[in-house]
Amino acid sequence: MRRERFVVSATGRKLAAVILAVVALGALIGLYVSSWATAVPKTIPGTPSGSSAGAPTTSLVLQTDAAVGPQESPTHPDWVSYLVKQNGRWVRSTIFKVPANSVVHVTVYQFDGDSGLRNAFLSAVQGTGGGVETVDGKAVTHIDPEEASHTFVVPQMGVFVPLPGVEDEAKNQCEYGPCDPATMAHRTIEFTFRTGKKGRYRWQCFVPCAAGTYFGFGGPMQTLGYMDGYIDVV
Amino acid sequence: MSSSGTPAGGDAVPGPSGEPNHLRRFLAIWIGCSVIATPLVAILLGPLLPPGNGSDAASGQVTDNTVLLSMATPVLLLVVVYLVYALLAFRQPRGAALEGPAVRGHQSLQTLWIVVSGVLVLTLAAYGTVRLETGYGAGSGNGPKPLTAPKGEKLPVQVIAQQWAFTYRYPTYGGVETTHLELPVGKTVELHVTSLDVIHSFWAYQLGVKADANPGVDNVAFVKPTKIETFEVHCAELCGIWHGGMFDHGHVVSDTDFESWIAEQQARFAATTKALPKYSTTYTPEPLERGE
Repeated sequence: MRRERFVVSATGRKLAAVILAVVALGALIGLYVSSWATAVPKTIPGTPSGSSAGAPTTSLVLQTDAAVGPQESPTHPDWVSYLVKQNGRWVRSTIFKVPANSVVHVTVYQFDGDSGLRNAFLSAVQGTGGGVETVDGKAVTHIDPEEASHTFVVPQMGVFVPLPGVEDEAKNQCEYGPCDPATMAHRTIEFTFRTGKKGRYRWQCFVPCAAGTYFGFGGPMQTLGYMDGYIDVV
Repeated sequence: MSSSGTPAGGDAVPGPSGEPNHLRRFLAIWIGCSVIATPLVAILLGPLLPPGNGSDAASGQVTDNTVLLSMATPVLLLVVVYLVYALLAFRQPRGAALEGPAVRGHQSLQTLWIVVSGVLVLTLAAYGTVRLETGYGAGSGNGPKPLTAPKGEKLPVQVIAQQWAFTYRYPTYGGVETTHLELPVGKTVELHVTSLDVIHSFWAYQLGVKADANPGVDNVAFVKPTKIETFEVHCAELCGIWHGGMFDHGHVVSDTDFESWIAEQQARFAATTKALPKYSTTYTPEPLERGE
């Protein structure tokens, strides 16, 4: 008895190859998208620092760098970024955890130069303790909008804090982060704000500081872990 | 469907004797349902339709939605009644496997369909045009030169969109800018909507206002808040990572409360107001890009 041989035509082989290629490509795209979508910075808890008027106090120490550097961002070393201090070390994250109904004391070491605000109104300090921030030890209610380098704004909490830039002529400017506040040119900005009920609150920079991107609001301005993030009030 | 009880078509097979006049029966059911349902929809459902009655524009939109839904009700019933009637009247007996007669066009039915559809669409187009005219844009943006505007005194308020927040400027109060929108009840407001960067859309839901915010464009919308309430403000144009975060609450308050609030804002932001550019319907801010 003669056995039938299963013969696949040339068209069939081509079709199978195309289907396999499409499936493989789809899987690769799916893996890429899922890894991108789930790649968020780790949450950094604020450091408890006693209490103020009966409310617990937490400290956050941040720095802003014109270029985050290859150590903290090998893929985007030139991107402007915030860093946060954790256990004495600077790490790149913009997701912070603080207690509900507490006072948060924020110190920002600002190493970037000025860019200027697109909307000068955002140069006013709002929603902070006493309605002020201190810039290099001096309390101010607003800054010159042209001197703004970045802002720290939590819209849902009504917190608006403009951060003035380092002067162009300043010596020993930091090229890449993490920058050293002990030796490099910077401005020191301090402020406090009160948290309310539990929740996740977004924060962002309003200065168009993303060099070379559309309206200065691309790249690091639209990626968690650089110029915007969350404050998890727990 | 022909009056002989079979679907319309040149090859229609005559039904068995004693077959009821399906067309007449179907029309009677459809008209009866429509006569009952349409007023019920207009009277009972209409007032519940969005966006509510927070302003003249919002109330106008409730009326428009009621008109649209009332006109759509008989059309919807036409389809539903025909479907249910066909399922019941033309159900194939168990065990039978007969093909229905072929349908090859029905000129008078097609003509009727086109005429009715055309009349409905043209009526709505005319209604919409009249509403846009009499409602001064019906809560939408009219562009920089509105064809019509409400008469009398108007409070100009500028809505400035930026990635990712709305701020508001009151040119008749020294050009003060604020982070929240507050409006006096019963006063016509002339909103000047613009953007400092990409395209946004200002949507004050309960006020029935939705106007695109384009950079370099002064998009004028009119609204007269009619009751004291809190309303939501959203961005309705995908504009980046925090598009969903461009959310806030605005307030319609009494005239006295508004005057008190705006005076407080003027005092609070006096220093910042001096740093603002002179009030203009649009702005071309610098820097547009950094490092370029």
